Amino acid sequence: MAASAAAVAAPSVVSAQGGAARSLRVIPQANLTSVDPVWTTAVVTRNHAFMIYDQICAQDSKGEIKPQMAEGWTLSDDKLTWTFTLREGLAFHDGEKVLAKDAVASIKRWARRDPFMQVLIGNVAEVEAMDDRRFRFRLHRPVPLLTMALGQTQFPCFIMPERIASTDAFTQIRDTVGSGPFKFVPGEWNPGQRAVWAKNERYVPRQEAVDGLAGGRRPNIDRIEWTIITDPATSANAMMQGEQDYWEYPLHDLLPLMRRNREMVVEQRLLDGTYGVCRFNTLQPPFNNPAIRRAVAMAVDQRDYLRSVAGNDPDGWGVCEGVFTCGTTLANENGSEVLKTRNIERAKQALAAAGYNGEKVVLIAPGDYPQINALSLVTADILTRMGMNLEVVSTDWGTLVQRRASKEPVERGGWSIIHTTSSGQSLTLPVYHLFLRANAANAWFGWPDEPEIERLRGEWVQTGDPAESRRIAEQLNAKAMESMYYIPLGFYWQPSAWRRNVTGVFRAPATVFWNIGKA
Amino acid sequence: MFAYIVRRVLATIPVMAIVALFVFSLLYIAPGDPAAVIAGDQATPDDVERIRASLGLDRPYLVRFGAWVWDIANGDLGVSIFTNLPVSTMIQQRIEPTLSLMIVTLILAVSIAVPMGVMAAWRQGTWIDRAVMGFAVLGFSVPVFVVGYVLAYIFALELDWLPVQGYTPLSRGFWPWFENLILPSVALGSVYIALIARITRATMLEVLQQDYIRTARAKGLNQSGILFLHALKNAAVPIITVIGLGIALLIGGAVVTESVFAIPGLGRLTVDAILRRDYPVIQGVVLLFSFIYVLVNLAIDLAYTLFDPRIRY
Repeated sequence: MAASAAAVAAPSVVSAQGGAARSLRVIPQANLTSVDPVWTTAVVTRNHAFMIYDQICAQDSKGEIKPQMAEGWTLSDDKLTWTFTLREGLAFHDGEKVLAKDAVASIKRWARRDPFMQVLIGNVAEVEAMDDRRFRFRLHRPVPLLTMALGQTQFPCFIMPERIASTDAFTQIRDTVGSGPFKFVPGEWNPGQRAVWAKNERYVPRQEAVDGLAGGRRPNIDRIEWTIITDPATSANAMMQGEQDYWEYPLHDLLPLMRRNREMVVEQRLLDGTYGVCRFNTLQPPFNNPAIRRAVAMAVDQRDYLRSVAGNDPDGWGVCEGVFTCGTTLANENGSEVLKTRNIERAKQALAAAGYNGEKVVLIAPGDYPQINALSLVTADILTRMGMNLEVVSTDWGTLVQRRASKEPVERGGWSIIHTTSSGQSLTLPVYHLFLRANAANAWFGWPDEPEIERLRGEWVQTGDPAESRRIAEQLNAKAMESMYYIPLGFYWQPSAWRRNVTGVFRAPATVFWNIGKA
Repeated sequence: MFAYIVRRVLATIPVMAIVALFVFSLLYIAPGDPAAVIAGDQATPDDVERIRASLGLDRPYLVRFGAWVWDIANGDLGVSIFTNLPVSTMIQQRIEPTLSLMIVTLILAVSIAVPMGVMAAWRQGTWIDRAVMGFAVLGFSVPVFVVGYVLAYIFALELDWLPVQGYTPLSRGFWPWFENLILPSVALGSVYIALIARITRATMLEVLQQDYIRTARAKGLNQSGILFLHALKNAAVPIITVIGLGIALLIGGAVVTESVFAIPGLGRLTVDAILRRDYPVIQGVVLLFSFIYVLVNLAIDLAYTLFDPRIRY
């Protein structure tokens, strides 16, 4: 199997020893500051981890979970034991074989931090190695979502050697030995400037064609070099001059310039759009009043927000007036009529009827996050036009992240409204839908307390029936719209740009670099 | 002189101590929480608290300050909260690009600005004088990043003579190193050239009115001798002072220039650290900049003695 896999990979690869190493020069979305994908949830760290680690199972382009390191898995008749078998020939970068005990240790470390697994873990009696290649989950109760948790993309379960995975989940690891298609080169890591990965010559990809994050992860390039360029104009110039090959997140304003260049390809690579979120602080006036929250929602026209971020081209964004990612199984607009009002005058009437008395509203806008800042300013304009007593606090993301944790009144450093963005991936299912949670003090900032939402969510986790799952999702949407503790602001596409000589680029739920080569 | 140098070097200790106290205290009271940034959106308040505890950020002010000072006294600048790398290693990785940029800018600026200022003073009221002063106004008025973008557009994108961005270490050869520094140095140096040229002109105009200049002319000394041997030497003290003060200007400008030209220097390290609230890195870099600034001032004080024999320490 290893030999045939190598044969598949070989034709398109020029050996680093046989000549000048071929490098893919990439401008990543952000600086790689940490190499531990369990310790931090930063997307850039996750993208790095996809290169150096492998997963038990992974999402394909349709969102279905397929085996990756696993040869396959079985579920016992009583649905209380899942047994996974690892493929043969898997090895870590240091030459050690990948064993079931490594998978078990990695799952345990990851499970301590992953919110999805936190929901399921109460039903898990034990995760244990059975022999070198097999491990199992013994359950108290059936967990139909187990493979979905293991194969998720938001907070993936990456497999590390047991000696590394036994590190506390709240302590950062430095050792980057994995079993993925690329090896991290620590000696060339200069955070803020550059990070480098080399091809893992011994990697054994699956035989299937690449499909999302599933299928054969073939390392078709000798080196991948990330150069951190913080200035978008400089990034665009570097791409057009051929100093870089791939730009993960080009600024929307610069897309027309890039598209006019014949040497450039600008396409949507990520499978999901990026969703905007307007979040209310439900603990403090005036937004502790649901009627006032709904009044603001009546003034929202998602198109204004999306144009402010992604420009006037309607192909660059989409209206999505529900809480679940549009185009996915659970997407629905049950009860979303309030979002279709899109009328300032009616919103003003609703605001007066709700008993708004001129309470101060503090909106925090992060100036160093162009997209989130644009969303914030559109809301600020709406609130001003509605006649609310608004103070816009323009600050940086680091300050916002701290201030949003404050539950104090606005006069004592609190806040009323913040905005953020989320990958569509993270909003597809109730189990990891961060903004839908309404479990009071444990909910996301804004701390909505809606027991009915939590009850429905718990019900959804237990059900394995698609029709029932859909029914619950519709109830969740209706209840979320009634409470309106956050306003969905639609989604925009974030294209990537690459030089025309870059080959094998495919669509996936995350930015990954296997299968990609250079002509 | 030796005793003076020793005294000045020793005097840096209390200065650095005050800087350390200010830096630490300001960061302590500044808003922002690295633990929340690290934990991400999905983390529970308990997760954030555990990360904060693991980083030692939950300890009282005095305990943290005492531990930090003790580490510094032992030559340890600490470890970055985010990268887990020693701050000294991160500074080592970043110091060469910044020093290269500053040195090339300094050489470029002094070698252009001083002759410009001298020429403007010598030809006061002529088109040369007006051109130099016009350039100086432009240099002061146009922000560094605008100059940088214009230069990159002309010399990199249109003419394809120089690279758009990046830095190549000197160890890989002089030209690869230098070609990456030309545009950033010119951009960063524009304000500096304007500043030095104006001061040089003003000081030279004053010196050129002195009796001994008239005497030199009466003796039949040639013009270049008068300008560069007699006048410039006597005008040197204020010019050197401005050059020294301008080091702070360079440090500030380097932050912007390094961003525009993607130079991985200390300026960008500082900005990145501030945005993430990576306290050990911010503290380490600010201390380093303060130390450099103190040393530059000492060097300038010592340089006075070379140009003005009346000054003795």
